[in-house]
Amino acid sequence: MSGANVKNFLRKYMMLIVTVGVVILFYVITGGQSLLPQNINNLISQNAYVFVLGTGMLLCILTGGNIDLSVGSVVCLAGGVGAIIMDANLPWPLAVIAMLVMGLLVGAWHGFWIAYVKVPPFIATLVGMLAFRGLANLIMKGFAYQVTDKTFLNIFGGGDTCYIPDFMAGIGPSMGLNKTCLYVGILIAIAYTVYTFINRVNLVKKGYKVDSLLTVIIKTVLIDVVVVWIAYKLAQYKGIPTVLIWIALVLGVFAYITSKTTLGRNLYAVGGNEKATRLSGINTKMVMFSAYTLMGLLAGFAGVLNIARLMGSQPTYGLGYEMDAIAACFIGGASAYGGTGSVGGVIIGAALCGIINQGMILAHTPPNYQTVVKGLVLLVAVLFDVIMQMRRKGSKKTKKTETTEKGGANA
Amino acid sequence: MAKVLLEMNSITKTFPGVKALDNVNLQVEEGEIHALVGENGAGKSTLMNVLSGIYPHGSYEGDIVYDGEVCAFHNIKDSEKKGIVIIHQELALIPYMTIGENMFLGNEQGKKWCIDWNKTYAEADKYLEMVGLTDSSKTLIKDIGTGKQQLVEIAKALAKNARLLILDEPTSSLNETDSRALLDLMKKLQKEQGMTMIIISHKLNEVSYVADKITVIRDGSTIETIDARGQEISESRIIKGMVGREITDRFPKRHDVPIGDVMMEVLNWTVYHPEFAERKVVDDVSLTVRAGEVVGIYGLMGAGRTELAMSIFGRSYGIGISGSLVLKGQPVHLTSPKQAIAAGLAYVTEDRKGNGLVLSNSIKINTTLANLKAISKATFIDKDKEYMVADEYREKLRTKTPSVEQLVGNLSGGNQQKVLLAKWMFADPDVLILDEPTRGIDVGAKYEIYCIINDLAKAGKSVIMISSELPEVIGMSDRIYIMNQAKIVGEMKASEATQENIMACIVKSGSEA
Repeated sequence: MSGANVKNFLRKYMMLIVTVGVVILFYVITGGQSLLPQNINNLISQNAYVFVLGTGMLLCILTGGNIDLSVGSVVCLAGGVGAIIMDANLPWPLAVIAMLVMGLLVGAWHGFWIAYVKVPPFIATLVGMLAFRGLANLIMKGFAYQVTDKTFLNIFGGGDTCYIPDFMAGIGPSMGLNKTCLYVGILIAIAYTVYTFINRVNLVKKGYKVDSLLTVIIKTVLIDVVVVWIAYKLAQYKGIPTVLIWIALVLGVFAYITSKTTLGRNLYAVGGNEKATRLSGINTKMVMFSAYTLMGLLAGFAGVLNIARLMGSQPTYGLGYEMDAIAACFIGGASAYGGTGSVGGVIIGAALCGIINQGMILAHTPPNYQTVVKGLVLLVAVLFDVIMQMRRKGSKKTKKTETTEKGGANA
Repeated sequence: MAKVLLEMNSITKTFPGVKALDNVNLQVEEGEIHALVGENGAGKSTLMNVLSGIYPHGSYEGDIVYDGEVCAFHNIKDSEKKGIVIIHQELALIPYMTIGENMFLGNEQGKKWCIDWNKTYAEADKYLEMVGLTDSSKTLIKDIGTGKQQLVEIAKALAKNARLLILDEPTSSLNETDSRALLDLMKKLQKEQGMTMIIISHKLNEVSYVADKITVIRDGSTIETIDARGQEISESRIIKGMVGREITDRFPKRHDVPIGDVMMEVLNWTVYHPEFAERKVVDDVSLTVRAGEVVGIYGLMGAGRTELAMSIFGRSYGIGISGSLVLKGQPVHLTSPKQAIAAGLAYVTEDRKGNGLVLSNSIKINTTLANLKAISKATFIDKDKEYMVADEYREKLRTKTPSVEQLVGNLSGGNQQKVLLAKWMFADPDVLILDEPTRGIDVGAKYEIYCIINDLAKAGKSVIMISSELPEVIGMSDRIYIMNQAKIVGEMKASEATQENIMACIVKSGSEA
């Protein structure tokens, strides 16, 4: 690889490399504790909401660095609604639907003010943050509600039996682990490998430019190793937590939306250049509205996962969740100016946050220091983006001047 | 002969791909009003930016000799210390601050840690009186009109102890009365304080009214300096210097295609400024364009061309729009760019970075942005089709790029323009409005863009080309509309048009106003 290639590689995979470094660091500090099967399992279930909310937040950030401050309150409100419904002995599917609809409505409420009335997103969602927290308190009357429906808890990742059962326990030799989990991991790895190569062959056939074979092999092998390794670890504990399926589903669907649909395309375009997008005949208001509505829906879904995991709902749940989601996006390389970022980045950002969090707890770092470290991590990650922007602007500056002579006066 | 205050010797300034200034010389005597004239893009503002240190010493070649010494300004502060103050075309005042606060922004009165507001406002009032403004210096900027704001700018410059005042298009946003008042103020300052001034202007009647000397710049070089003292300089004399180049075969031959039926007709189109609601930016304009025809709209900056185009394109500019639009014989009422595109219109903006392209996206994504429907099924994008479309246009327009996955922000101006054209060609419109399609791109790329325009006309499209380059308008169009001060002031066949009679049209309308 030449110098430029190395630089490019570093830029692209910086956060991934950092994540690996952090994992190793905590492995050493905690004497191997951080990679115990149970801790890996906890890492996933404790941070489920960050993945889900981070994905929604990404949509908002893509449209121009806009954020949604209300998600913590919405998680609490939706959770409260669900818990109350289940407390009244109504069927749990009804509760889930109610929570999702609640989230959707809240999202549409924000979207309306932001897109059509042009209330600045920061303010509109700050209003939501305050108002919906209050509303959550109102409907729960300040009480805590228990959620005891076993089916609901199992499906959405609460309690100690919320795992995919081991269908293969009786088949073949016992290995002292959850075989289904391990085999699923291996299957995913194989499927991913096959897909990657078939896809590559197709691309080559059609004459597209593709990454070099070596890069593809390295990348695929690394991903396969990580997948199988995680599956192996989880198998040693209790198997696949159901919440992992939900996380994967949300990430998968939104990775698809952002990369392969016109809505996704429009989100990036609005964030990159709103005026040009509008002049290209795209309804930019609708795009903004969609972003916040989907964010609301995902916040509602995070509410579902939240009351399942905590087996109940309280008026204080969801405090500060918005900050975790925002941090995950920015650490994952979303630009604070909009237009760039990806679901893949959110995965890395959320994982890195979670790993640092958990690592510090296991290493017995005093809580106050933990917050300081989290803040600094975010600063470093955003600095990276800002410096990149500055460089790009620096090289543009000389070009910009050629238009100064005639610039803008006609507009 | 009076003392020479400023001498700029063989200034050359290059930007990547463009030589903006080529060996420019300028000599300004103490106490004179010196006018800089030239077409858009000739290099006037660039020259002034070199002088004021916006382009720091070292980024250009040549010397600046000011008050007898060679200067090396690294930023605006350096030049202001010497008394060179530039007033930009776009006013740099903060609306929610008072006149006084604005005047001493960055130059606060009083001690270092304690602003002396009494002194600030007293000083401000003193300078306001000097420029003949009777408003209190405690008035907010947003509460006074543009004419007065321009005077505040001058007062602000005076407060900086200016010896050499540079005014870049000071009257471009002013009405006739305010403009005249400003010019008279310039004369007063010259007489009473011996102030030296450089004025950049497109309005030649103003130039000949106020200037002692006129330097003409064309294509980045000084053409001549005319001494206007003691003699009346006619506007046509200045124009001759401004546009005096020959039209050679810089334009590809038009395909010999018959011109078809009327494709679009605009009738009595009037548009008001979105912020200054009483100002008409397009005034009762009517025009037609036929299939296979290239219609040029010529006008100087601020004539209302872009405003006209954008207001036609789904009312994306202006308020209080009245008039009717007829497409292929059918009256239409378009209220958004989306509708305009659906009706077969395309507007290729003059501001490709601001209004045209998403720089952080790839060529491929930009190419298909205006017509995503064509490459997707029920919102799911067919990426293969998208790639093929983008690649087809890359080939067709000869865009120089390693691949269509390249980010548009990394392309040169000419190639960006091609991507922008590709985007609108892919939208498959009947009428293309090209706003300054060759602005800021090099000669080779210009020729290619001209070829594309000819091909579009050959394919039966109607092309409206807005340009402030006379040779381009004459060389490319079938018919030319001339626009000045929000109105169409003339229409002629390209075969009858010459640079002189087009300019004469503008001068005539200017003197009538």
